[in-house]
Amino acid sequence: MIWNIPFITVALLIAIGLYAVMFKRNLIKIAIGITIIESGVNLFLITLGYREGGIAPIYTNLPPGVKAPEGMVLPVPQALTLTSIVIGVAVLALTLSFIMKFYEHNKSLDSHSRRLKG
Amino acid sequence: MIYNEAIPAIAIGLPLLAAFLTPLINIASKKARNAFVLAILIIEELLVILLAWHVFTNDIVIYTMGAKNPTGAIPTQAAVPIRIVLEIDGMAAFMGLISATVSLAAGIYSIAFIKESNAKARYYTLLLLMLAGMIGMEFTGDLFNLFVFLEILSITSCGLIAYRQHADAVEGAFKYMVISNIAALFVLFAVALLYAQYDLLNIAAIAHVMQYTQLDKIALVLFVAAFAMKCGAVPMHFWAPDSYSTAPAAITAMLVAASQASLYALFRVSFTLYGSLMSYQTIGIAIIIFGLLSMFIGVTMALPQKDIKRLMAYHAISQTGYMLLGVGVGLYLLGSQDFNTYGIKAMEGGIFHIINHAMYKGLLFLTAGAIYYRLGTRNLNEMGGLGHTMKFTSIFFMIGALAIAGIPPFNGFASKLLIYEACYKVSPILSIVAMLVSILTLASFIKVFHSAFMGPKLHDVKEVPKSMLLGMAVLTFVIIFFGVFPGWVVNHIVHPAAMALADKMAYIAAVTGGA
Repeated sequence: MIWNIPFITVALLIAIGLYAVMFKRNLIKIAIGITIIESGVNLFLITLGYREGGIAPIYTNLPPGVKAPEGMVLPVPQALTLTSIVIGVAVLALTLSFIMKFYEHNKSLDSHSRRLKG
Repeated sequence: MIYNEAIPAIAIGLPLLAAFLTPLINIASKKARNAFVLAILIIEELLVILLAWHVFTNDIVIYTMGAKNPTGAIPTQAAVPIRIVLEIDGMAAFMGLISATVSLAAGIYSIAFIKESNAKARYYTLLLLMLAGMIGMEFTGDLFNLFVFLEILSITSCGLIAYRQHADAVEGAFKYMVISNIAALFVLFAVALLYAQYDLLNIAAIAHVMQYTQLDKIALVLFVAAFAMKCGAVPMHFWAPDSYSTAPAAITAMLVAASQASLYALFRVSFTLYGSLMSYQTIGIAIIIFGLLSMFIGVTMALPQKDIKRLMAYHAISQTGYMLLGVGVGLYLLGSQDFNTYGIKAMEGGIFHIINHAMYKGLLFLTAGAIYYRLGTRNLNEMGGLGHTMKFTSIFFMIGALAIAGIPPFNGFASKLLIYEACYKVSPILSIVAMLVSILTLASFIKVFHSAFMGPKLHDVKEVPKSMLLGMAVLTFVIIFFGVFPGWVVNHIVHPAAMALADKMAYIAAVTGGA
């Protein structure tokens, strides 16, 4: 049961993030919501590759007594997570710069500050 | 024919490399930069045509990145197919053709349309990156790679939507950013769910061992929701009018192609990744419902619009509905007896409509851009009498408008007829709605044509520069060609693409080496 905690955390993070994106009116909070969802997904990927007592998957640095590859954590999800984090930074930077521009034009961070269009 | 096995990799790598060379060349000379970008776009178009020709005449092309023998299949039992595999079947090659052609037209159009400034080099950089993202999404055979290219595509599109930096553009870009980001994270989550079970990222390899567990179904729902969001199907369509209408016109035409790349991903996932054992019908019905809603709500929202590009954006949503309807009917019937008779026809109609839509909607957005270029407004009430002086633009607009309304001899007629016929067999109601939407489309474009081009001469304007006309002419040529020879196009391009989607075993066998 204790091993499910990371997965429960993932579900909670994604739910909180989605809530923030859907119901918050402040643009910065929407950006934060996206980042929370992203953390949840990244945590999920990392949890997939985790092995109890596993070591870093480097063959030349194998401590004695550890069998390869059974004693290692999976490297692929870590590579995926790294890529996803890098992409996430770029996306966040761009989103925040849009928010800055939005603020310059509207002098407000409220998403309802502009008229609604049909 | 000169064909090289490395063409799939070059087709992705070339725009990627050229994108980052563009600012460097810009330092030397602005003319050299324009020539360079155009040369790259033309080479890219030729590469994709060559590749598509090879795929249509021979078989599925695969290219394994970094392998000694990149075209060889990966034996399933020997090793995990951990390398990134590019896999181009009929459908992928077909989508590649659309992206390359629209980008070429948009590139030519942009030379005059985007005013010369320091940011123009960045504009071309992003445009080429966007092309690389689309081509990459369509050619890849790897789920994680699909996610990466999806993100490249969204980031560059958002940068380009906000290119003019006025308040509306920033709002449109922000909406698109939020939507595409959430969609991409859904995709990543679904990929992780699949990876957790099968330790695989390759689409064909996963499809080969798919167990259709509960988790797989959750992943499917996430995929469908994410890609439907990105392609602007109706419950998730609200970003489209804002982003489409505020982006520079050439970019709007690219955005149409970009949405279709997501549409391709939706079809790829629901046909190839899932399929044979799952009940097709549930997901098929879901796609049909998305389609009907998009068609009807899109067109009814378009009718009262006064902003010309907003109006066209709602039509883009409505036309996406036709594609979803056609392919959804195909998916609904897949595996049953009826599939070989009219199911495949419905899919052909839907797929043919994808390329037709990219061409005529691209053209319409470019003509709207031409009007904006001369008048500086997108408001229909302030236009009028443009037909007196902007003769070529009005002819191009008329061709685009007739094509979208499904009037023969233009291409929209051919694909819509296929959809009407095939859907009628499933349920007459589907065809009736489709025809009704078509009539409403015609009505709304007559309104635009009348208020923009007819009437007394109100504005003293000149025809737009030659490069913009040439960009529009490229798309017009394709529209007329497809409209006059629909039979040839359907047999040689659309049918292989439809069969490629329907026949998932061939896709799997190409990678795993004999199923």
